[in-house]
Amino acid sequence: MHESAFLLGQVFNGFSVASLFILAALGLALSFGLMRVINMAHGEMLMLGGYLAYMTLQIVPGPLGILVAMPVAFLGAALLGGILEWTVIHRLSARPLDTLLATWGVSLVLQQAARNLFGAIGVEVTAPTWLDHTVSINSGFLSGLDLPDTRIFILIIAALVLGGIAALLNKTRLGLYVRAVNQDRATAAAMGVNARRIDLLVFSLGTGVAGLAGVILALLGPVTPTVGQSYIVPAFLVVILGGLGSLVGTTIASIVVGLFTAMIEIFVDVSVAQVLLLVFVIIFIQFRPQGIITVRTRALEG
Amino acid sequence: MAVKKRFGVMSALLAATMLSGVTAAHADGTVKVGVLQSLSGTMAISEVPLEDAELLAIDQINAKGGVLGKQIVAVQEDGASDPSTFAQKATKLIEEDGVVTVFGGWTSSSRKAMLPVFQRLHNLLWYPVQFEGNECSPNIMYSGAQPNQQALPALTWAEEKGYKSYFLLGSDYVYPRTANLILKKHIAHDGMTLAGEEYVPLGGTDFSSIIAEIQQSKPDIIINTLNGDSNVSFFKQMAAAGLTPDKLPVMSFSIAEPEAKAMGPSLLAGSYTSWNYYESLPGPTNAAFVAAYKAKFGADSVVDDPMVHGYVDVYEWAAAVKKAGSFNPTKVRDAAVALGSEDSPLGGVSFADNQSMVQTGYIGELEPDGQFKIVWTSPGLIQPQPYDPLTFPGKTCKLH
Repeated sequence: MHESAFLLGQVFNGFSVASLFILAALGLALSFGLMRVINMAHGEMLMLGGYLAYMTLQIVPGPLGILVAMPVAFLGAALLGGILEWTVIHRLSARPLDTLLATWGVSLVLQQAARNLFGAIGVEVTAPTWLDHTVSINSGFLSGLDLPDTRIFILIIAALVLGGIAALLNKTRLGLYVRAVNQDRATAAAMGVNARRIDLLVFSLGTGVAGLAGVILALLGPVTPTVGQSYIVPAFLVVILGGLGSLVGTTIASIVVGLFTAMIEIFVDVSVAQVLLLVFVIIFIQFRPQGIITVRTRALEG
Repeated sequence: MAVKKRFGVMSALLAATMLSGVTAAHADGTVKVGVLQSLSGTMAISEVPLEDAELLAIDQINAKGGVLGKQIVAVQEDGASDPSTFAQKATKLIEEDGVVTVFGGWTSSSRKAMLPVFQRLHNLLWYPVQFEGNECSPNIMYSGAQPNQQALPALTWAEEKGYKSYFLLGSDYVYPRTANLILKKHIAHDGMTLAGEEYVPLGGTDFSSIIAEIQQSKPDIIINTLNGDSNVSFFKQMAAAGLTPDKLPVMSFSIAEPEAKAMGPSLLAGSYTSWNYYESLPGPTNAAFVAAYKAKFGADSVVDDPMVHGYVDVYEWAAAVKKAGSFNPTKVRDAAVALGSEDSPLGGVSFADNQSMVQTGYIGELEPDGQFKIVWTSPGLIQPQPYDPLTFPGKTCKLH
């Protein structure tokens, strides 16, 4: 393989990893941005998406199963998120530390539920055959470069989800309300915005996106009761690095982390790369504690 | 019959048991043994079926009249996937319950944590899982493969197939690091090339950079010591990159029948593993074992190498007790190494002077139905070597 092909391949891998981080972290950034809720059960929403994909594929096997699974997982996880917000989170809204503990408890309950329903070992979700190929470049200075269809597909989905949420927040009346509540909850409520309903909708949207992300992650990883745990730490990492609650920040942070890891893994092994990544994040946060993008909101000033 | 923890009943006997050691344990026509596996936590996935196999053997022996006229009572404890819990529960089993021996452990860290307990309390642990060797204790019977019974037979097979260039990939902990240390010595010694060596943290899910390195270094075969779910991520991402097992062979040391079933045989079909047991092994003893297990745990359950070693350990212990005419751990381990070949689902097995099992090595190719087709058998039984002579020259393990 040509050296430049290898380097470009690593850039592609960096963006591919970034797209997974974006999908995993977007819902977390949404719910934190609006409600200051640190949702420890976010990883289990990813897990739920994986299992919903498994069940959908049992009913709709064949090439289109995965496309049906994405909206199913979105709606299923959004529904569960809505129930969670309505029963647990809004009742604890004034007590952030209690929310953290309560959602952690919910995550344990969901893990055990998955274990009891589907077994501890995990279930099989395979990528459809139309994603089995790679885009290969066989001539020129990039000869030997292989770009897997699955990863290209995930990049496209991540871009669509990101674009969809940006449009929702910036172009719709609902988005206007969300931004208003985000900037100043009391004033927005005084103007007649039903902040309570906005909370419920945004939290459901966040968990729904996590459910969809779970389907996507199942294409490249396992579906087990504890799978959420492997993504929750990187998800928190990019949300904190990006600036708590900022979607743009989360996106930039995902790309920075993805590219940083892919580039550094050319020289060191994966374990060392993880250490260096965390060192980088710690130093960065020392100099810029607010993250990449500063979110101006009354809620964070209190 | 198995009973759960009996703190209340035992607390009265506690002082007496601690003083008199093993004698109190079989005063009433029963004898207690400990079964110590992880029933919760990340390792429960593998250790619960292993415990089932150990309890199955105990039930079968009891049904035939027990050992030395006594029924075996299994005292079960949960190691909770945590080494210090293993050590604590081992102490509890020996001191409070007065068990005469313990069957258990899976991870090397759990074994290392229990070792000083068994040495201090002069008891005996039967450890059923393949491991990295490099250890030699008179208080442990090692029935799982030593590196020269799993890793090195895999290398021999690969060299016989004509593979010249090897890529070593593993999870970042003691077993893959030590196994690869030994493999590297032998790869260099045999004049083969090392295409690369990479480790990912336990539970790692991203293999994009490693797959890029594999594509660049073009090995003939990958030797995979990844643990658990990382395997699913690795094989899915290899398939996405077009590197299915038929294009680039993968030899895995931590994938057996249950893992293959869970990960989806279609994903892994055509990849290779190296074990001392496969469910598909021929022979009436294995057929009887598989039938008994499926009768108890369901027709779609599968058995694997560590489970069978746990099962065989119980039978080996019972045979050694009969030979010694005593439950005393020191007499039992002396008798165990003097037993000679015992029939088992693995075939004829015995314990060598270093308290490790003499057994045959097999290479299996995974078929789409989730079972392994045996494609290679070691020429005869392999004597266990806790210390690889190339890697650790001068170190030997002589216990009897």
